[in-house]
Amino acid sequence: MLDLLRQPWPWYTSGIAIATIMVLLLFFGKSFGFSTNLRTICTIAGAGKRVKLFDFDWKTQKWNLLFLLGSVLGGVVAATFLDSGEPLHLSVATIKDLKQIGIQFDGQLNPAQIFGPDFISSPYGIFILLLGGILVGFGARYAGGCTSGHAISGLSNLQLPSLISVVGFFTGGLVMTHFLLPLIF
Amino acid sequence: MKGIKFIITGLIFGVIMAKSEAISWYRIQEMFRFQSFHMYGIIGTAVVIGLIAVYVIKKFKLKDTQGDQIIFHDKDKSWARYLIGGSIFGLGWALTGACPGPMFVNIGYGYWAMGIVVLGALMGTYLYGVIKNKLPH
Repeated sequence: MLDLLRQPWPWYTSGIAIATIMVLLLFFGKSFGFSTNLRTICTIAGAGKRVKLFDFDWKTQKWNLLFLLGSVLGGVVAATFLDSGEPLHLSVATIKDLKQIGIQFDGQLNPAQIFGPDFISSPYGIFILLLGGILVGFGARYAGGCTSGHAISGLSNLQLPSLISVVGFFTGGLVMTHFLLPLIF
Repeated sequence: MKGIKFIITGLIFGVIMAKSEAISWYRIQEMFRFQSFHMYGIIGTAVVIGLIAVYVIKKFKLKDTQGDQIIFHDKDKSWARYLIGGSIFGLGWALTGACPGPMFVNIGYGYWAMGIVVLGALMGTYLYGVIKNKLPH
């Protein structure tokens, strides 16, 4: 059983499992949306005193922070007990494309070139990772949700705003991937 | 303890994200280059099952574990905030290979560098709160 779980999970298993998470949260009386936690953390840090967006009772989101804590633990469990040790099966075309922009595929989940000690100890590396995070955080709150809130919860509820957001996610993603990444790395 | 079920649900979520490789920078690149069905399969399956589940919940007016009817809120009707905000989000998603959930799963997985991305995401969230009223919505 553990050996089976250690294999990379096929997409349909993961898709069904993610939908199950959303449905579970609905039956707990909650709505699946991860980026709300970023707002909650700002509130806990005291941002509510200066900025209206953060002036709310963060305890109503305690459940979501616990979900966040669980997701970190999930990462620990996956890395500690469920690592197959096999390299990622990335498509050959992607490996080739990334090589052209100077990123070597190393078989891990994330490239050491971007998340390894060398890059993150350089001012440029810190700047790029901070910038990426700022775009994600700013964009998620501006659009009122991220992949979980819009692409999963929103589309499941046939929300046009969520469809527009997903179009936006891809517009930004394609521009970054095809035009900006070659300039950044 | 009432909160434990959320920790366990989050833990399962984290394991799914890691084992389906949805937390992988490489997989996100593959998706934005249309070179694999993998990520589309994950999101597509989740949405199809989600659609059916939401339909059933609404149709039979199902109740949550506290006995209250499950209600769905419609998102505010607009397009500017979704298209502009979504595009800004997409730029960051493709750059870091992580949306907010996977950032935290990655930290658990041992990618400490994602802590910098999370710090950035908090800064971005705060910045939005500060200039919110000056932006088209």
